[in-house]
Amino acid sequence: MASMPVAPNAAGTPLPVLQVKGLKVEYPTRAGVIRAVDGIDFDVMPGEVVALVGESGCGKSATAHSILRLISEPGRIPAGEILFDGEDLLKVSLQRIRQIRGNRISMVFQEPMSSLNPVQRIGDQVAEPLIQHKLASKAQAWQRAGELLRRMNIPDPEARLHDYPHQFSGGMRQRVMIAAALACSPRLIIADEPTTALDVTVQAQIIELLRTAVKADATGMLLITHNLGVVARYADRVNVMYGGEIVESASADELYANPRHPYTRGLLNSVPTLSQPLGQRLIPIAGQPFDAHQRPGGCSFHPRCPQAIDRCKTQAPPVVRSGISHRVSCWLTVEATQSDLKSDLSSC
Amino acid sequence: MSSASITGTPSLAPSPWRRIVDTLSALWRLRPVVRFGMIVLLGMALMSIFASLIAPYGVDQQNLANVMKAPSARHWLGTDNLGRDILTRVIYGGRVPLMVGAVATIIAASIGILIGLVSGLLGGWVDALLMRTADAFICFPALVFTLVMSAMIGPGIHNVILSFAVFGWTGFARITRGQVLVVRELQYVEAARAIGMSRLRLLLRHVLPNVLTPLIVAASLTAGNAILVEAGASFLGVGAQPPTASWGRELQTGFRLLEAAPMIAFSSGLMITLAVLSFNFIGDGLRDLLDPRIGR
Repeated sequence: MASMPVAPNAAGTPLPVLQVKGLKVEYPTRAGVIRAVDGIDFDVMPGEVVALVGESGCGKSATAHSILRLISEPGRIPAGEILFDGEDLLKVSLQRIRQIRGNRISMVFQEPMSSLNPVQRIGDQVAEPLIQHKLASKAQAWQRAGELLRRMNIPDPEARLHDYPHQFSGGMRQRVMIAAALACSPRLIIADEPTTALDVTVQAQIIELLRTAVKADATGMLLITHNLGVVARYADRVNVMYGGEIVESASADELYANPRHPYTRGLLNSVPTLSQPLGQRLIPIAGQPFDAHQRPGGCSFHPRCPQAIDRCKTQAPPVVRSGISHRVSCWLTVEATQSDLKSDLSSC
Repeated sequence: MSSASITGTPSLAPSPWRRIVDTLSALWRLRPVVRFGMIVLLGMALMSIFASLIAPYGVDQQNLANVMKAPSARHWLGTDNLGRDILTRVIYGGRVPLMVGAVATIIAASIGILIGLVSGLLGGWVDALLMRTADAFICFPALVFTLVMSAMIGPGIHNVILSFAVFGWTGFARITRGQVLVVRELQYVEAARAIGMSRLRLLLRHVLPNVLTPLIVAASLTAGNAILVEAGASFLGVGAQPPTASWGRELQTGFRLLEAAPMIAFSSGLMITLAVLSFNFIGDGLRDLLDPRIGR
């Protein structure tokens, strides 16, 4: 999918913080190469929350990890560009990427229970990025860590700096992780399923904190999630991933109002809503995600697609524009657009 | 650590010294037996250092007219077969075992931790080779090696230290390797990579401290064990050589004279027991204390 033009704001067109172009991630296995991410494009603008949504194994985490080059062995990135402030992170030296990690791009992980070192004080862990990147002395870094915890609404922050992770609840630990992620005032935050391991009641708080921080500092945020409820409320733009590809991309409002891809519709239909009539059942998406070793030909979603046509089985669909900044990769949309064109032409 | 001032004093960050003091005072408060172990070991250490000041007689001072006497006001624990003061021998007798315990443990732990870290981090054939070597060394009894060495290069406590350097590392290596395998997969290690840490710093800051708890416990047990092996070697005559005072040696002397002068064997045997027991108590206490996940 080509890079997205984003609606310019009042100050003219700002440059994207992050541009991902044609990114591919592969894992060689005994049974063959698995293409976890298969050529995706997206941008993140300053102050924008971009969501990457999809089922387990669709390549969203691989995408997130590849940005900081944290793909673990034997995974590799055979193609693509990751432009961060114009610098291709896939080409820079290890030393350079280390300077960027945690400093200009930081990451919030899925499991707050295991993302904190159990034998280090909270203060050390929040202050760590500042000390690592030599942005502050230890005393200054602790001072700042206290301020960050306060910003994360942790009561009595200066005293809590001396506590250990086991003295914190799951939601509080995730707030600590966010505080650490914000420590160096990064340009981009990658949140890899930040609320998946948390109680429903604290999920909203956590995302709200993240979003507020991002908006206040004009930081870009890449939000990886499978929770469409989270996406609807907090994301500006949504990229729906299936089988390593972005199948649909639109602003959050547009996507919910006008989903074009059958997979997106399937996802939305499988989420309960308050407006839904009582007793009406949710409609799950039929079938299972495909076996990574046996990618279906044509559109990879066609075996599960209720509206698949013959063409879907043989030819991969192109990316087509469907309205302003809404892009879909589906033959149905292609055909609908073509018939629109035809009717437009005939009416001339 | 309760109320740091709101204005934020520059001392929000605790110093490393503060942590050591905190740990020791928490250890002190933990349990009576731990306190007992700390007092005994501290007492033994001071006793060994200041032996010449405390002991009522010279360590080799003989009085052949006054052999194997029962405890009295002049000789609190009586005298041995050469008329030497038993109390004095016991006071001096701690020097060798405590020194051997410390040195042997430090050497064994250093070698073991290094091998374990390499093994756990590199994995693959390096790991397989090192761990099979460790298995082979575990099968071999260290005391037999000590006896062989003393036959080859002559008796002395260096044999005991050498046998710990050669065989004592296996436990440390296996513990370290196992812990590294667990820890390196944990998300906070990945999180540390994600803030730009180098491998070495990652190792020192996030992996080593998290594998340290079982190692410290193992070290305290090893120290106790080293004292026991030194006592055994000295008892068998391949460790500390006469006239050096060492509990194991005294025990052997006392063993031969058990019926005539039981205080010799009893006093040195008691000291060995107390030393080993104290190390074990402290090891247990440290384990409970250093793992913040175990509630207190």
